[in-house]
Amino acid sequence: MAKKLRRHVITMIGKAGSGHPGGSLSAVEIVTALYFKVLRHSPANPRWEDRDRFILSKGHAAPLLYAALAESGYLHVDELPSLRTMGSCLQGHCDVTTTPGVEMSSGSLGQGLSFGIGVALAGHLDGRSYRVYVLLGDGECDEGQVWEAAMAAAHFRPSDTKLDNLVAIIDHNKQQIDGWNYEVMNLEPLAEKWKAFGWHTIEADGHDLSQLISAFNEAKQVKGRPTVIIAHTTKGKAVSFMENNPDFHGKAPTADEMDRALEDLK
Amino acid sequence: MEQSVREAYGRTLVELGRQNPNIVVLDADLAKSTMTIMFAKEFSERFFDCGIAEQNMIGIAAGLAASGKIVFASTFAVFAPGRCYDQIRMSIAQPSLNVKLVTTHGGVTVGEDGASHQAVEDLALACSFPGFNVVIPADATEAAQAVRLAAQTCGPFYIRLTRPKVPPVYPPDYQFKLGQAATLREGNDVTIMGMGLMVDVALKAAQMLAGDGIECRVLSMSSLKPLDEDAVVKAAQETGAIITVEEHLRHGGLGSTVAQVLAEKRPVPMSIIAINDTYSKSGKPEELLQKQGLTAVNVENTARSLLLRKRSSD
Repeated sequence: MAKKLRRHVITMIGKAGSGHPGGSLSAVEIVTALYFKVLRHSPANPRWEDRDRFILSKGHAAPLLYAALAESGYLHVDELPSLRTMGSCLQGHCDVTTTPGVEMSSGSLGQGLSFGIGVALAGHLDGRSYRVYVLLGDGECDEGQVWEAAMAAAHFRPSDTKLDNLVAIIDHNKQQIDGWNYEVMNLEPLAEKWKAFGWHTIEADGHDLSQLISAFNEAKQVKGRPTVIIAHTTKGKAVSFMENNPDFHGKAPTADEMDRALEDLK
Repeated sequence: MEQSVREAYGRTLVELGRQNPNIVVLDADLAKSTMTIMFAKEFSERFFDCGIAEQNMIGIAAGLAASGKIVFASTFAVFAPGRCYDQIRMSIAQPSLNVKLVTTHGGVTVGEDGASHQAVEDLALACSFPGFNVVIPADATEAAQAVRLAAQTCGPFYIRLTRPKVPPVYPPDYQFKLGQAATLREGNDVTIMGMGLMVDVALKAAQMLAGDGIECRVLSMSSLKPLDEDAVVKAAQETGAIITVEEHLRHGGLGSTVAQVLAEKRPVPMSIIAINDTYSKSGKPEELLQKQGLTAVNVENTARSLLLRKRSSD
């Protein structure tokens, strides 16, 4: 499935002529684990009240989410090539008003975790057992709002419990538009920061499905605090010339590059 | 007798909380000033103080609203929308979520705290969000009615309240309606339109002008968005001259909104009384209003000049 999603991502962005391949490819296993192993959801009923929520805070990875939604049955696979075109239900960045299965409009970074707290609080208030998963980019953690949310998520005590129904996943591919994280804005020590904010913190190989699934299972057992999974990943993963190449953060492959990428993904 | 619009807000939230378990209230460490503390005391399980983190508060409000809650979020008008414009834009306005931003301490009448705390651009920002309803109640009764209406109406609201107590300006049978101006005085010489504290200023000016036989129509434009365009056009047709007065910058407030309507539908001589592209200073509220020309005397003088312009253009 991961390979299938990667092929969708490359084909969609290549055809659209614009988009963000690097940060979509790095998060493929995270999204695969969630949509095909972890989430309690019902693609036939996208607004089912008891569904687990997946919130893509790094909204530029929208093509990956659309591919997962299509392969899960929220969308038709043949809608994927319409990405970024006039009239399409697949907008350049996530848009809750146009795409079934999308929980939140995102693309302006730093907002998803706050939204996730609101959804998680509502779950407690309503006595619902759904869980809330928010995927953030590592560069996104430059945004101050992420840390406002990190502080609040560990603080609130709805129904005399804490937000243990909330899981943040950091796609830690170590790169952002202008280069490596440590050059642009150092994040380290990232895990220690989240621990200090009161989160149960797990580090995992973000391209190893079994490690990710066991991390999600561990998070379900944690009581009394939210969990963050720091998923160590590679930007542009599995396409040789895109790996660790920040040029492909926000650049579509040419026709020739698309062929070479799909060759890598055979 | 003067009444606090903020206390009216707090009281109304408590009433709403008793009637509807879906009401959730957020604040950003200003609950004692915005009066959301009244709700917090009775419904602690449905009140979340987000600390001094307005951007996060907006996101939490959006998440709660997307999960079916009716969310009231409060802070000072200078901090929302100002400090969290993009969060409101993407998390609330674009998806059109059911969040009611009720801010207090709007305008220069915050007074002594100075420029950092005087919201004079907030209405321009709030009106710029597609689909937002923007309301500036003129007295405590209307504040309570507007808050109740916002709770009953699906979609995003921005309601701006003031710090000082205000005199009642409406008759006892008044009922606030979204998108509807209220005629508080009839007249055909000139129309004075106000909102918030300036409705009372407009009424006082009209009373002074009546002493000289000049009959002013006074409209309360509490519903800035949607604006009652019919009432604006009708006032232009029937009185031929329009004055707007507002505790806000000239750009993007009542005057510019009314001028857009008039320019397209019924151009007539007009004067905009507002804050002229400047920040204010510390001072007593009445001193600051005086400095900005937001007084009954200035409205009166402006009306006399406008009347001359109207007659010379006839």
